[in-house]
Order: sequence, then structure tokens, then C-alpha cells
Amino acid sequence: MADDAISRVAVTDAAAGLLARLRRQHGDLMFHQSGGCCDGSSPMCYPDGDFLLGDADVHLGDLVVTDGPADEPGATGETFTVPVWMSRSQFEYWKHTHLTIDVVPGRGAGFSVEAPEGVRFLIRSRLLTDAEWAAAR
Amino acid sequence: MTVYAAPGQPGAIAEYRSRYDHWIGGEYVPPSSGQYFENPSPVTGQTFTEVARGNADDIEAALDAAHGAAPAWGRTSVTERANVLNKIADRMEANLEKIAVAESWENGKPVRETLAADIPLAIDHFRYFAGAIRAQEGSISEIDEDTIAYHFHEPLGVVGQIIPWNFPILMATWKLAPALAAGNAVVLKPAEQTPASILFLIDIIGDLLPPGVLNIVNGFGVEAGKPLASSSRIRKIAFTGETTTGRRIMQYASQNIIPVTLELGGKSPNIFFSDVASARDDYYDKALEGFTMFALNQGEVCTCPSRALIQADIYDQFLGDALERTKAVKQGNPLDTDTMIGAQASNDQLEKILSYIDIGKAEGAKVLTGGGRAEMEGDLAGGYYVTPTVFEGKNSMRIFQEEIFGPVVSVTEFADFDDAMKIANDTLYGLGAGVWSRQGEVAYRAGRTIEAGRVWTNCYHAYPAAAAFGGYKGSGVGRENHKMMLDHYQQTKNLLVSYSGQKLGFF
Repeated sequence: MADDAISRVAVTDAAAGLLARLRRQHGDLMFHQSGGCCDGSSPMCYPDGDFLLGDADVHLGDLVVTDGPADEPGATGETFTVPVWMSRSQFEYWKHTHLTIDVVPGRGAGFSVEAPEGVRFLIRSRLLTDAEWAAAR
Repeated sequence: MTVYAAPGQPGAIAEYRSRYDHWIGGEYVPPSSGQYFENPSPVTGQTFTEVARGNADDIEAALDAAHGAAPAWGRTSVTERANVLNKIADRMEANLEKIAVAESWENGKPVRETLAADIPLAIDHFRYFAGAIRAQEGSISEIDEDTIAYHFHEPLGVVGQIIPWNFPILMATWKLAPALAAGNAVVLKPAEQTPASILFLIDIIGDLLPPGVLNIVNGFGVEAGKPLASSSRIRKIAFTGETTTGRRIMQYASQNIIPVTLELGGKSPNIFFSDVASARDDYYDKALEGFTMFALNQGEVCTCPSRALIQADIYDQFLGDALERTKAVKQGNPLDTDTMIGAQASNDQLEKILSYIDIGKAEGAKVLTGGGRAEMEGDLAGGYYVTPTVFEGKNSMRIFQEEIFGPVVSVTEFADFDDAMKIANDTLYGLGAGVWSRQGEVAYRAGRTIEAGRVWTNCYHAYPAAAAFGGYKGSGVGRENHKMMLDHYQQTKNLLVSYSGQKLGFF
């Protein structure tokens, strides 16, 4: 875990809806934020456990998503979490920002599970507020 | 000036098929699922062809074909293989203009780049490895008077290659030419953003290779790339892309105990020392062009010089001239030979770049020019265009630390040599760098101090075969573009031979 108690990650309604649908296909999910070339800087969404985590990674937090409303066709009504990870070295350069996972039309590469849907998860960032930054330290 | 007609329009010199299947065993094979995905041109946002949506079954079929072909291909003489590579190069050269137009249409890059760089470089690359494999020799070690160690190069067998979308044909060639020269059979997965131009090329050169030596399966990473990368039936995997997928590829490779080569990008510093501005001459003009190279290929280059470091005493003046040069970059129809910057390769790429421009502004970086989407007219209105953007800020900002993969450069100043080196190396990556100085010893010392695999010195963005290319630090593993790449596609066979008739006397 990033060694502080503030919220570092969030998810938009559109991305949460997509996560709920993807979870019905793939089971529990996880994010690992990428860096580098091509589709780098994109959050990669995998079946939970598909990506081997280690000491080189930091847990930024969990997205809390509800697969609902329960009366929506196919919805389970369950509330579930999606952990968000990033490599520790990259976190050193990102730690002053808060990340919101959104989704846009597009065609990402990599092994992220949403690509066949014709959409791509995308990170939107804001700076931590002074109060958050103080709490984070 | 020439404006090429778009594929599908009257007078077009390049025509795509309306649909592409997989290329397996020397012929087009429909996807086992029967499914295809749409392939839009980033120039207009409109779909121009559809492409087979591969899955694990299709990868298995391609691996079957590759395993069928690999033993015979691996036994051909190097002369035969070199001749095939030279024929591929000749055929590409005879069709250069149409391949260039086709790739521009699929990727969005200006046709002047595909005409002058991408395709000529790909042609030369096949010729380089044709020569390199002919000239390659094994070695012998004379252990003692009667004992000789012979070292032979042998192909690995069947290898997997995952190709990025920024130079669909050139990046495929960087991996294919050494693999084929070394006698391997290949299963290649193009990027889902640019699945068709490599098949456009196959329609031109496909008959030159024995069936099964090169197999191409398109599809999404999770459905086709993952089964290829994780297959126990490949003896090596090569990947160009980002770090998280790079780690997964290594993870699969560790399960199968196979080697990997990875090219994972960078955040390349382009460093301008004071003496650059000591005269207003051709060299100064060249340095300004070197600064503006961040806009080459819309910034979609792993080595995009996306951090410009300018020495403080020339900062205002050099940056002022560099901004003028940046504003003169002509953006427009990629099929117009006067166009210098075209469209970003996909909508999500466009969105990502815009999200970085947002965080750059939020972090307090100052937009000196550009800073948004370029609104185009007519057919181009639906395409994905970004105005070349220059930020001024600090190296700790995220726009200085992450590969935006767009026409965005982040500029800062440095006080002296040590300060420049400190800033240049304060990054997770180490793929490329640029050093500009009229003093040989300054340029040399800087080049040796920067932790990066390629340091362009008084030049930038040249990619000739015979100059090794690859990363330090988080930028990857291995070196492409050089005969040493053959080592990444070959086993070493040692025959340790005794010519003595005498026993050792142990037993």
C-alpha cells in the first residue's frame, strides 16, 4: 500500500459500468498502471492475479464498484473492489497526483481486457490538494 | 507538391482489400471464430477495411505452420536466405510509393515520412541482414593440440514477435529481417491499431518466402497476443510496447524459460549547450530542426526528444527561435507531400495526449505554443490531430517523466554540464538522447555520461541499419538494428572434439 491513508484513485461512472460488465466475463479484476512506449501511461485491466505483483509494486487503493442497479438486465447487484497497482519507481514520479480511471472510445494494445469492446481505459489526473498532500506525507 | 488520392478513391495508387484474413502457411486463412474487426484510418476516422479477429486457435494454427516450415528453412544455406531477403527488398523498392501511401493511410503519418524514411529504411534493413548473415562466421577455439571447440550458429526455431503501431512496417522489419536471416520461422502479431499495412506488404512479397516461414495473426492483445506470448511452442519472444505488458511478456517467458527482447520506450532528453548559439549558421539551423524533431511522426516514436534541456545563458533566445520553428510545422492531410505532421494513430491516443496536456497545465507548466486538438476541415474533421505543443516546466512534473507519445515537448533550463547530466538521467528510462554542442569533448563526455542506449550527437531521429538501438534502465532488453541482433535469434552450438587416440586414463 502507498504508505498513507488518503484516497489516490477513483473511477468514473462510465468506467465503473464497463468494469461491472467485464467482471461478469472475466471474474475479479485488477489494474496495473503502465509506463513507456505506445500504450504506456495507460491503465491495464487484467483478470485479478494474471499479472505477477511483487516488491516492485505499490498498491494505490481499491476502486469500489456496484454491478447494478439490480434490475438492469444481467446486473448482479454485487458490490466489488478492483485494486489499482503501479510500479514503485513510477509511483515516485506520480505520488503528488490523484488518478481517476475513465473510459474513451478507442483501440488500445497490450493485454488489457476491455480492448475488444472498442474502448480503452484512460487515466485522468489532478494534483493532490494541499490537505491531501500533507496527510500523504 | 503531390496529394495522393486516398485508398478507395479514384486515382489511388494503393488499394486495400475490403477484408483481411490471417496469413498462415503462405495463404489467407479465415479466423476460426468467423469474426472481424473494423480498421479506421486516423486521417478521417472512417473505417476502410476489416481484419480477422484472431484467438488462441488461430495462434495454434500459425504455430503449426511455423513448426512445419522451421526445420527446412533453418537448413537452407545462408546464401539462399540472403537472396530471399534481397528479393524482398527489391520487390519493396519497386512498389515503394504504393506501400508508403498505404502505411500513411493506416497510421496517419505524413506520406513524406513513409516515402523518405519508413519504407526506404525497411528496404535497407532487409539488405543489411542479407549481408550480415552472409558475412557471419562461427568460431573455433584450440583447447590443446588435439582438442578443438567449434562454435556454430543455429536458428532458435519458431519465434513470436509483437509489433507496435507507430511504424507498422519498419518495426515489423526490424524484428523480421534478423529472425528470417538467422533461419527462424515467425508468428507475428501486428498492433490492433495498424493490422492491415503489413498484410498490404504481404500481398507484394508473400510469394518470396516458403509457406509457413512467416505467419501473421491479427487480433486484440488479450485474445491473440497473450496466447502467442505465453505459448510453450515459441523459442523466443520479441516485443515493442509499454512496461506493464513488457513485464507480463517476461513473466510468460520465465514460465517457458525462453529469451525475450523488449523495447519499452523512453523519455529522451535533447540537450542544447551554450555554444550551439555562438553563431547563426547552418549548424544553428540544424540544432533548431533537432529541437523540432519532437513533432516527427506526431511524437509517436519511442525516442521522441520529448524533454528539451537548454543551457540557461541561451535559453530565451534559443527557445524563441525554436518556438518559431515549431509554429512553422505544417499540419494537414497526411497524403499531401508538403504535410509535416499528420494524425495521431487512434482516438484513445488522442485522448491520452489531451489528458497529459491537462495534467501539465494543472502542475503549473506553461504552454508556449499549441496545447490542444487541431480542428481540421472537410474529410479530415473526423481525424485525430494535435497541434505541436511546447511546455515550459520542471523535470519533476509528470509531463517530463512520462512518455506522452504525442507531439509534445517539455522544456527546462540547466546551469552547467553537471546539472544537464543530472536532469537528463533523472528518468526511469534510457532509450535515446540528443546532445548538441560544437565542442567535441563536451559532446563526447555528455554522450558517455547519459544512461541511454542511443545518444544522437549533433543529429537526431536517424535510424540507419548498423547502428545498435536499444534501452538502458526501464527501456528494455536487447539491441535491434545491428548484426548483434542475430545473437538474439540464434543458439550457439558447441562441438567439443577430441582428435587424440589416447585415453585419459581415469577409468
